[in-house]
Amino acid sequence: MTTVAPTLVLGDVVVGDRLPELHYDVTATTVVLGALASRDWRPMHHDKDFAVDRNGVRDIFLNTPNQAAWFERYITDWAGPYGRMGRVTFRMRGSVFPGDTMVLDGTVDGVDTDDEGCGWVSLSIALRVGDDVKTTCAARVAVPVDEDDNPWRRRGEQWRP
Amino acid sequence: MTEATLAGGAAEAALADMEALIGVPQYEEEGEFPVERGYVWSSCASVENGNPLYWDDDVAEAVTGGPIAPPSMISVWFRPHHWAPGRTEQHLPLQIHFDLKERLGLPEAVMTDNTIVFHEPVRPGDLLRTRQILRSVSELKTTKLGTGRFWVINVEYENQRGELVGVESYTGFGYRRAGEEGA
Repeated sequence: MTTVAPTLVLGDVVVGDRLPELHYDVTATTVVLGALASRDWRPMHHDKDFAVDRNGVRDIFLNTPNQAAWFERYITDWAGPYGRMGRVTFRMRGSVFPGDTMVLDGTVDGVDTDDEGCGWVSLSIALRVGDDVKTTCAARVAVPVDEDDNPWRRRGEQWRP
Repeated sequence: MTEATLAGGAAEAALADMEALIGVPQYEEEGEFPVERGYVWSSCASVENGNPLYWDDDVAEAVTGGPIAPPSMISVWFRPHHWAPGRTEQHLPLQIHFDLKERLGLPEAVMTDNTIVFHEPVRPGDLLRTRQILRSVSELKTTKLGTGRFWVINVEYENQRGELVGVESYTGFGYRRAGEEGA
């Protein structure tokens, strides 16, 4: 039986902590791959002529479900496999196009333990291109309270996302 | 639907019809295929997600009691095939949103935010079900976009054992641009 040590536990996390930035150069392949992986066949995510002529934007752009996958990757890169997302809220403000370098950064704005003993971290994450915030994500993520805890074992009433 | 049909009493009746649907599950559907790992790997590859939960079965066994799908993929399992034999029409994801636009005579709409709450993990082989529930419709409000109404729609997902796996909540604003008649 494999044992896996937690990447971090609740005591490691302090309000105000910054998550490492993620920089990624978006290409047309990024956009198309993300759209198809999320089964989003709408043409503005793979057909530049459609995006320009019908949507009035400069190019194809990242779809929302793929952005959710980018935020999830960003969160679990930091929290590790024991990090279990409870709740995420997205606000879309602008589109991300091929040629953009997107930058994700995040801050811890809450650390608490619920009545069931589950440890929770609240994160504010922004996806930026240059100085423009394109999408914000508020996330509530369960992390182990100690080396013996595992948020994934919580079921039913013990899991209060 | 024309603006004239929404004048006065007709508009109130349309609103009352929609308000009567608050809390009522609609558009219950089963996914077209079981949750499968090919899409899990495609999704992880598309965002370079190296979480060992999705790539190392020993880690998945130790941490999550076997493989799971990334929680953020929850809506992926309900996007219909681009084509299927014999299909003539299909419900749109978030059909209630389009119903509201049409019934309330609000030609424009935007989604202002989207929350997803995750419950039981989704696992390869699961066959999920979904239903849409209208939660609220606001009074008429005027924003810089125009005049219209905010609404909240929940999309609930459960697995084949009837366990809740997630709830998505969308806030939409359906409106008519300033200077245009109606609503």
